[in-house]
Parts: sequence; C-alpha cells; structure tokens
Amino acid sequence: MNILTGNDLPTGDVIWWTGAGWSRHVADAVDVGTTGETTGAAEEALRRVNNPYVIEATDTADGPRPAHIKDRVRALGPTVRPDLTLKPDDAAAIAQVI
Amino acid sequence: MYKYDQYDQSIVDARVDEFRDQARRRLAGEITEDQFKPLRLKNGLYLQLHAYMLRVAIPYGTLDSRQMRKLAYIARTYDRGYGHFTTRQNIQYNWIKLEEAPDILADLATVEMHAIQTSGESIRNVSSDQYAGASADEIADPRPWAELIRQATTFHPEFSYLPRKFKIAVIASAEDRAAMRLHDIGLRLVANDAGDLGFEVYVGGGMGRTPFIAPLIRAFLPVDHLFSYCEAVLRVWNRTARRDNIHKQRVKILVHQMGAEAFAAAVEAEWQEILPNKSDVPRAEFDRIAAYFTPPAFEAGDREPDRADPDFAVWLDQNVKPHKHPGYAIVNISLKPIGGIPGDASADQIDLMADLAERHSFDELRVTHAQNIVLPHVRKADLYTIWQALVDAGLAESNLDLISDIIACPGLDYCSLANARSIPVAQKIATRFAGRQRDLGELKLKISGCINACGHHHAGHIGILGVDKKGTENYQLLLGGSGAEDASLGKITGPGFSEDGIVDAIERVTDQYIAVRQDGERFLDTYRRVGMDGFKEAIYG
Ligand code: HEM
Ligand code: SF4
Repeated sequence: MNILTGNDLPTGDVIWWTGAGWSRHVADAVDVGTTGETTGAAEEALRRVNNPYVIEATDTADGPRPAHIKDRVRALGPTVRPDLTLKPDDAAAIAQVI
Repeated sequence: MYKYDQYDQSIVDARVDEFRDQARRRLAGEITEDQFKPLRLKNGLYLQLHAYMLRVAIPYGTLDSRQMRKLAYIARTYDRGYGHFTTRQNIQYNWIKLEEAPDILADLATVEMHAIQTSGESIRNVSSDQYAGASADEIADPRPWAELIRQATTFHPEFSYLPRKFKIAVIASAEDRAAMRLHDIGLRLVANDAGDLGFEVYVGGGMGRTPFIAPLIRAFLPVDHLFSYCEAVLRVWNRTARRDNIHKQRVKILVHQMGAEAFAAAVEAEWQEILPNKSDVPRAEFDRIAAYFTPPAFEAGDREPDRADPDFAVWLDQNVKPHKHPGYAIVNISLKPIGGIPGDASADQIDLMADLAERHSFDELRVTHAQNIVLPHVRKADLYTIWQALVDAGLAESNLDLISDIIACPGLDYCSLANARSIPVAQKIATRFAGRQRDLGELKLKISGCINACGHHHAGHIGILGVDKKGTENYQLLLGGSGAEDASLGKITGPGFSEDGIVDAIERVTDQYIAVRQDGERFLDTYRRVGMDGFKEAIYG
C-alpha cells in the first residue's frame, strides 16, 4: 500500500493522511493508491501539511508498517528514548521498528 | 569573555525581528516552503526526522553560566527537556515548533546568542581549543583571533552565498584538540625566531564523503594580516569552485585538484591584490577584542586535592588536566555516561554545570568537539566538591579519551539524512567495554550515521560508518584515523557488519591490540606499526 505523510506546519509533528484529515499515528494512515501526490499538494496549499510525500507500507494487523526503517523511526520516535516515543509504555514498540 | 557592544546586539535583535516576520508570513501562507526554507536555514532551523531542529551557535565553544542557563531554559520551555552538544561545539534541539522558534531566538538574543550562520553556504561558527586560555602549552589564547574572524565574517555579503559551507578553526598549541586540520581553514598560532606571532595556515581539510587533511599553504602569516589572507583564500575558492555538483564544491576539492602549491600561489597573488585595500582589522580593534579575554584573577596558593577516595582519584587522573596557573586545573565533564546518549544533557544537568561554572570556574564553560563540557579554571581545592556534585548528577564518568568517550552523530534516531542509527551502537560499545576501558588506554571511537561524517568517523582511531544495505542498517569499520596533531584518515577494514556484529568486530580489534601492543603504545601507535594487515585476520578470520 501507499501512505501519505508529512509534517504539521506550525509544530513540525510527523503526521499521516487518514483519508479525511491528518493524524499523529501511522495506524490511522490509509492507502492512497495513486492519489497521494495530488492530495499532498492540495493539503500543502491549504497549509495543513508541510513537505508531504508518499511512502510504501505493508498492511498489517496493527495498521500500516512503513517499508523503510527511516519512516518507521519517524512514525514512533527515537528508538534510544522510548519515553519520548508515541508509545512510551509499549516495551515491544521499538523492536517492531527495527 | 567577549561581550556584545551595541552594534553586535542591534544586528542580532534585528535578525530576530526579521525572522519573526518571515515565520509569521510562512504560517499565514504568504510565502511557500520553498521560499521559506533558505530563510529558516539562515537561522539554524532545519526540518528533521521528528520535528524542526534548531542549531544554536556557541562561538568557539565558550559560554558563561547565564548563557548556559538560557540553554537549559530553552530545553525545558520549548523542547523536551534536553539538548545535544555537537562536534562543532554547538547545541542542537530536536523538538522545536516553528511557531515558537522566533521566541527562542529572542530569548537567545537576551544572552548574546543566536543561530546565525549555523547552516547554509556560509562561514560557520569558528571553532577552537576547549582549553584556550587555560592550557599550559598554548602560545597565547587563540579566542581573540576566533572572535575577530567571527565579527569580520558575520553577515559579510561577499561570503553569504559561498559555493558551500566553510569552517574555520583556530588553535595556539602543538597539541591539536580541535581537529584543526579537518577544517576548510585551520590556523595554528606560532611564534617565529624573532618572537613575533603568526599563523600556520592549513587549507582544504574536511570530512564528508571525500575526506582530506588540510595541507599547509603558508608557514607564517603575521597575525595582523589574518583577515585579508582568509579573504584571499575565500575569494580564490569563491571564484574558482565548481557550482554544478554539490559534492565537489568544498574548498578541499579545489585544493586537491589544483595541488596545495598551486592553490597557495593563487592565494598569494590574490592576497597581494587585496592588501592595498587595507581590509585587515586594525590592531586597535584587535586589542579591544583581546581585552575581553584577559585571564581571570587567579588566586595564589597550590594545594593538591586529597586522593583518599579511590573513585575520585580515578576521575582526577582521567578527566582533570593541568592548568597554566599553579593551584588550578581544567575539569572535563563527560557527557558520555556508560549506556547513555553521547553529547546529550538534560535541562537540569545543563543548569547544574552552569552553577558549577559560576561558583568554581570564573563563570566560564566550554563545549568540546568531542561533545563534552569543560570547566576551564577550577581551583584544585574545589575539585572534590565539584566531583561530588557531578556524581549526584550522573556527570562524573571517568572516561575522557577512552573507548566509551565516543563521538556519535544523532544518526537515524533523529536525522533525516541518516542510513543507520549511531547512538545504539555507541551505547552497546560503551557498555561492552566499560569494565576494561582503562586497560585499553587512549582510544578515540567515532560514529557517523551516514557519509556526511558529522560524527568524524574518518578521524577515529576506530571509526564506524552507518550504511544502508538493502533497507537494513549496516556498519563499516575503519581503523587508524586521528583528528589530533598526528592527523590521519582511517581506512575501511573490509565488508561491513550488522549492529551486534560491529560490536563483536571491535572487540576482536581491541583483543588483537592487547595481544600485539608494545610498552606504552596507544591503539593508534600499534595500528601504525603493524598496519591493517596486523588486524585484518583477527577481524575477519
Ligand atoms: C549597494 C550596496 C553595497 C555596496 C556598494 C557595498 C560595498 C562594499 C565594499 C566596496 C566593501 C569593501 C570590500 C573590500 O574591501 O574588499 C564592502 C564591505 C562590506 N560590506 Fe558592503 N556594500 C553594500 C551593502 C552592504 C550591506 C547591505 C551590508 C550588510 C548587510 C554590507 C556589509 C559589508 C561588510 C560586513 C563588509 C566588510 C567590512 C569589513 O571587512 O570591514 N554591505 N561593502
Ligand atoms: S553523519 Fe549523516 S546521519 Fe549523522 S548527523 Fe550527519 S547527516 Fe545525519
């Protein structure tokens, strides 16, 4: 599947396209098929995202898993600071990134 | 320490106002990201893996307790409670919001700090020796010269759109603690036979994908001509450099292609053209700057600290260095706790270091290119008190220049250019060797998460480079580099390793070193004696 990501303009937070808006959680991302770039450009023009781009992901039971480790680190947070990730209480989260 | 005059303050304040308006226009949609990006980069604001990242300049790594406390305040107020001290003696914050960035710059300006020229194709923060003004082996304090270069190049329009970034280092001792020859211009203050001061000028060093050690292009440049000569170097480069290939635009490529001799001749000719313009900073202006670096009022008396506490004695031997004034010492505060993140410090730790500097080091701190902090002027009588405070704060690791004193770039945990993570590798190595690191002696290990080499891997006695091997992290091993006065570039051992594999490979390297070392040899000395062949079989079997 293809998913659309970028950063929130005022905060810089990593965000994912949900089909209707943007979420901080990659689990909310939807398959954008071939429309990702068009959606990204339209959303960027409305300043609802900064620097949008489409990545490949696999569909898993826990939601989309980005194909590249860089996007998996982006999706969770720094692997060396579990306390600062989106899942500070999930001990297995970091192993899933790597 | 240098204090801003009204002019310095006004240009920094004006820059804050300008950036506030630029950020406002970006948030309001009056300008696009393509238009805004070069403007934010001129103020050290990058978009990184998790958020915006702000790089704050710490000129030649020197700061006072008021500035250090402001760095803690920013970490606490605008970031997530910590900062990362970098190999360029600066600090980076990883979780910055664009909407708050103008306020941060305004806060910095209240303590004479900024993020100007910390990015882009400009003359970057000038680096220097972290022991400047304190070390017994220096000819003079190099920082007034660094400050002169800072002033003469800040906002200089001719040097605002250079072919690439440009980094200058100034040192004043035979021992090189600033990786001087890995800069675009490296300057070493020396005295000639007549006792006059001048600079050895090295041009064309650098790391990145094409590392070079800067060759000497002038053996003695009278100090009064420092600026005009640097100007000549910059002009020859600015005029001649390629601008069609970002990887070939640094001055090191030009020097390499022309040859050091031809490059030196071109600079000499340009310099003769420039000299009649009298662009050098007048001696009176230098004297005004130098007055800010007058040594503090050291007290008389010399009392050696009591070594009864064995842990304290280990710290004294490893992290405390001789001072030029009897009765004083230089304290290195390690930001490399075993298993910790190299160069990171929490807001509370930053505040504590500021307190210690205010009470015990004439209000001065330094950031080192090895990502540690220095208290430059400490009374020996105060060392035990300081050590106890550092122990309580988790800052008393006795590992300066040992294998766990690792330089590591942020890598894939924070950096959008990375191929692999650096920090976890550093943590595993430090943990693996913690109990026996003193037996291994001086061993500088440096890790970069990609070929850009922010972690100085080319200059590590042992270097590690993260690469992307079909989507998984892989690590190349290098041996034999040095960023010190015996500068050399490391060589790749052979095929790379997995994350755990690289830690095992390093253990095979250190085991081999222990097996073949001769009396008094550091790892680097042994490597230079036996060569790569002396290690290759141990590594790959
Ligand atoms: C049309 C406008 C300008 C002209 C014609 C001009 C011209 C010059 C000239 C001829 C020099 C001497 C260069 C040399 O000696 O090699 C110079 C130096 C300099 N200019 Fe400008 N300039 C202009 C605008 C600016 C602006 C807008 C700034 C700053 C924002 C600026 C900052 C400087 C600085 C920092 C130097 C170096 C001074 C020094 O080395 O002491 N100039 N300019
Ligand atoms: S070396 Fe590469 S990964 Fe490390 S900080 Fe520099 S650009 Fe990022």
